[in-house]
Order: sequence, then structure tokens, then C-alpha cells
Amino acid sequence: MRAPVGLRNAAELTPEEIVIPQVSRWRSLATANVVWILLIEVGLAVAFSAVQPNFLKPFNIRSILADQSFLIVLAIGETFVIVGGGIDLSVGAVLIFSGVVAGKVMLALYTGHAGFGAAHAGWSVIVAGVVAGIAVGLAWGALNGLLTAKARMPPFIVTLGTLGMATGGSYLLTGGTDLRGIPTRFTNLVGFGSLFGQIPYQVVIAAAVAVISGLILAYTRFGRYTYAIGSNDQAARRVGINVDRQLIKIYALMGGLAGIAGAMSLAHYTTTGIAGHTTDNLSAIAAAVIGGTSLFGGRGGVAGSVIGVLIPATLASGFVIIGVNPYWQYVAVGMVLVGAVYLDQVRRRTYGRS
Amino acid sequence: MSDAADRDLELAQLIGRIEAPLASQGYFEALQARILEALRSGPGQGTVPPLSSAGLPAGPPLLEARGLVKTFGRVQALRGANFTVYPGEVVALIGDNGAGKSVLLNCLSGVYQPDAGEILIDGHPAGLESPLAAMRRGIETVYQDLALADELEASANLFLGREPLKPGLLRRLGVLDRKKMRGDAAAAFKDLGVALQDVRVPIASLSGGQRQAVAVARSVVWASSVVLLDEPTAALGVVQRRHVHDLIRRVSDRGLSVVYVSHNMPDVLQVADRIEVLRLGVRVATFRARDATLEQLVGAMTGALTQEDVA
Repeated sequence: MRAPVGLRNAAELTPEEIVIPQVSRWRSLATANVVWILLIEVGLAVAFSAVQPNFLKPFNIRSILADQSFLIVLAIGETFVIVGGGIDLSVGAVLIFSGVVAGKVMLALYTGHAGFGAAHAGWSVIVAGVVAGIAVGLAWGALNGLLTAKARMPPFIVTLGTLGMATGGSYLLTGGTDLRGIPTRFTNLVGFGSLFGQIPYQVVIAAAVAVISGLILAYTRFGRYTYAIGSNDQAARRVGINVDRQLIKIYALMGGLAGIAGAMSLAHYTTTGIAGHTTDNLSAIAAAVIGGTSLFGGRGGVAGSVIGVLIPATLASGFVIIGVNPYWQYVAVGMVLVGAVYLDQVRRRTYGRS
Repeated sequence: MSDAADRDLELAQLIGRIEAPLASQGYFEALQARILEALRSGPGQGTVPPLSSAGLPAGPPLLEARGLVKTFGRVQALRGANFTVYPGEVVALIGDNGAGKSVLLNCLSGVYQPDAGEILIDGHPAGLESPLAAMRRGIETVYQDLALADELEASANLFLGREPLKPGLLRRLGVLDRKKMRGDAAAAFKDLGVALQDVRVPIASLSGGQRQAVAVARSVVWASSVVLLDEPTAALGVVQRRHVHDLIRRVSDRGLSVVYVSHNMPDVLQVADRIEVLRLGVRVATFRARDATLEQLVGAMTGALTQEDVA
């Protein structure tokens, strides 16, 4: 790469010459969104456990986390899309479609003695099904990206279209009945198993996805281009970033993550749950927004979205445990969501002078 | 409406367009009478002595546009426009609204492809088929809207699209060298005299002048021959405008050529070495800034004075 002409290497300057002005680490930490969101989550947990000490028992924490793991994976994908200035409404439908394809492949490939579906299938069949599910998820995502980037259609409409197509496709593939007979080796390990008997594999997978994606978004060129496009796609084009290709990659990543979430959900619920994921898209978007990701693009992060999934889950579980009508959960989550967007607006107003 | 009223309205609009940049400078009253007089004398009546070759910068031109034509639908924005940039000079490109300044600039920056005519760098076809191609030939552009990513910090904007990666395995993974970016950015801003309290805050929280400076700094850091500036001071106050002018002088001191598009004539006279005037898609006059007067520029812009290129 050509060295910038007008730029002296920082190493050639004397130490006194270089002052990288910066606020202190503590101050930048105190103003980071993610810290405030984490404090809210911790505060909720502490408040519920004060009323009902069982709330913070490992069993309860484990089950909350395991139930939310697939949603965490979806919310992480949604974070990339929203930071990149887009939105993906199709994630729940793609999740189901991927789960259906994974299940279908497992059932089709299982050639052992007859029994209950593919319940006794081995790992080769399972892996083939999971890979197929993730692949069709990627394909749906790539289609979203292509239509958004190349056909210049608003992502809201594109993904609303693929939401319908993927949902209808799932019903057509299954004839409207959820698939049964998912391999028990798969459901027992990935669905209900725990690492060292302590950490559910659902949580392990979600945590691995979170760490890897978090690093990608924060530290790599892929992440930087995602922020740049969400912040000002015209500027990104002018400096030579291939915006179309990056957008296709972002939506394909989202689709692939929906595929992974589909496999996780298939294992966790031992069935495809076609009717059960219709509001996943809104939950994932809400989680990202509660976690500080701006719907205007260009700002947000993976850690916030993970906590953004946990806040509604904590409220739901907490209301049950302290004996409040659990329907209050929807009211509370709605208020948190509106509050989060309001804070984003206030911040934009005080930040941006232009 | 009568024909006479139509004409008056047209004249008023024309004057209004000239007035806008001048009125704030307080030049308007003094100039109004002269402009009207020049207008009344009709196009092609006055003449400006052509530049002698002795007045031109030494050596062959660095960047040259010959006979550029660019049509948008039925509007002919450029009708055979010429433009010349010599090494190391600050050349201003001025003209009334709709004269084709921005279109010409966008041809030079690779955003538009001219329908006819040629663009030469050092006498050879430049091949500016995209902004990226122009950037590879050492031509950098500061767009009117600055083309900054508001949510990213200054150093991220400086390196946008050209981020340095960490060495070794991390390079394969596409991991950014953020420390190098911040260090180099701080050094570049210091070098160019751009004062930023904190290079880590998002660009959105900077003042208009600071954002401008970041955009100019980005182009300067990466340009190896020409920096194109599209109305760089249009949205700025007096003090900020002076900062940008100082910045342009420092850029030129480094041996880079600067093309400065503006319709603010006092600005142009202050900062440019040479001035080329565009009217209705063709170059109509070329001046050395130290010899030119405000009346001559206004005359050339409005058609009262004609020097060349017009049949």
C-alpha cells in the first residue's frame, strides 16, 4: 500500500510533539451506553432477588439464559444490519425456514431402522442438516442484501417481502405441521446439554457468537465499513468502499446467524415451532435498540444487544417470580424501548450541531 | 406580466445571485452601480487583456481538461470547457450558479464521465473512470457535503477506506491498527495546524470549521498531485474561513496543486494564485489573482467581459 504523501510517520515525531488528546478511560467508560444498560440489568436482577431470593439461584439464571440464547444470536445479527443503516424484518421467518430445512434434511438422510422419525440418527446426519439450515439462512440473507444493495430497494420492504416468502415456504415444506422426530443426540446435547454440567450449550453457542461478532464489529475493517455505511453511505462510496458488496455481506451474515439460531431453536424445542417465532424480528430489533444501537445507523455494539435481550427476559421472569401479572412484561418492555429511543434522540441532538 | 417586467425580474434575479456572497462582505452597495453598468453594456463589449505566457507558472500543466462536454438530459452543463492546473498552484474556478463549476469538478474527481473532450495528467490521458481511479492518480476531493462519517472519530474518517491493518495473522483477519491510525492522525492534524481537543469523539460533535478541516486534512494526506475543493467555505464564518484559507496555503506549500471552486470573489482573490472563470459551460477568462480586480471577475462571470473560448 502506498504511504500517505503528506503524512509524516508518527514515529518520526518527538514524544513532545505527539499529544493524542483524549478523555480519561474512566470518563469514557462512564459515558458509554453499555455501562448504563448493564447497570439497569443488574439493578433489575437485584431488585427482583430482594423480593424473592430464588431469583438469582443458578437454576433460574441458567434457564433464562438458555431460553434467550437463540434470540441473542438473532439480536447480534440485527445489530450489524442496523449499525449498517438497515433493518431486517425477516429474521424470525428465516430462522423457521432454516429449522425446517435442517429438520427435513435430517429426516431425509436418516436411513436407519424405522422408528420415530430420525430420532436415532447419528452425527453425520445431524451435521448435514445443520449445515443445510445455515446455508439456506445465508441464502435468504444474501437475497435481502442483493435486493437492498443492487436493486436499491428500502430494506424495510425487501425484508418484509422475504418475511412472507420464508414463512409461506416453511408452511409449504411442512404442510403446516411441525416436524417431529428430530435426532435425540442433537436435542440432548445442543438442546438441553450443558458444558461441564453447568453452562447450557445453548448459552455456550450464543456466547461464542457474541464474542466473535463483537470483536469483528469493534476491531476489524468489516466492522469499520459497517459503521461507515450506516453513518454515511455516500461518503463510504466516495472513499472507494465497495458499499454494495459490504451490504450483501452484512445481510448474508444476518441470514447465516438466523440459520444458526434456527438450529439452536430446533434442538432446544425439539420441533420446528413454525407458529412460535412471529415476533422474533421485533424482539431482536428491540434488543438491539435497547442496547444502544441507533436506528439511524452508525452507532451501536454487540454487548449492548446481548444485554438488550436479557432486560425483557429478566422482567418477564421476575414478574412471574414475584407474582406480578406477567402481562406487565409487555408494558414494561415497551416503556424501556421507548426510553431507549428517546435517549438516542437526545444524544443525537446534543452531539450533532449540524 | 409584461415583457419589461419579465426582464426586470430576470435582471433582479441575476443581481441577487451575485449579491448573495458579496452582501455579507459589505461590497454590494459599492459594486451595484458598476455591475449594472457592465450589464447594460451587454455581453462581449468589454475585453480583458489575454494572459501573456510570461504570467503563467513555469513548466507544462499538471492537469488539463480540453473541450469537456457533459449533458444531463436536455441540459448541457459543459459545452467544451477547458481547464488547466499547473504544479503547486492554487487555482480558483469561479462562475455564476449553473455555470458548470461543480460538473467540471466532478469530471476531474472521476464522479462524472464527460461525453466529449479529454482530461490529461502530465500530458497523458488521465483515465478517471471512477472516484477511486482519480484517487489512485493522486487526485483527492473535498466535496461540498464533506463526505464524512459523522458517527466515526476524526482518525477513522482520515483513514476511511484505506485503513492500516495490524501485521501478521491479524492482517489476514482484517484487524485494524487503531493505534497507528490515531498516532498518524494526531501527527497529520498537528502538521496541518488543525486543532482538535479530542481525536476520539465522533465527528458530529465538532464545529463546522473543524469538520471542514478534517475533510481537507484527509484529502491532503492522501493526495499526491491535486486537491479539489468544492465550495469549501460556503457554510463557514469569517474566522473559520480564514483557517481554511491558511490550510489551503499550507497545502500548496507542500507542492500540491489546489483547485478551489467558489463564487465568493473576495475569498478567491485572497487565496488563489490564478483564477479561471466559467460561464454557461465554457471557460471565458483566466486571470492572475494579483492582477485581477473584483469588477473584472464579476464582468467575466456575468458576460460583460469576455476573454477567450467564446465564439
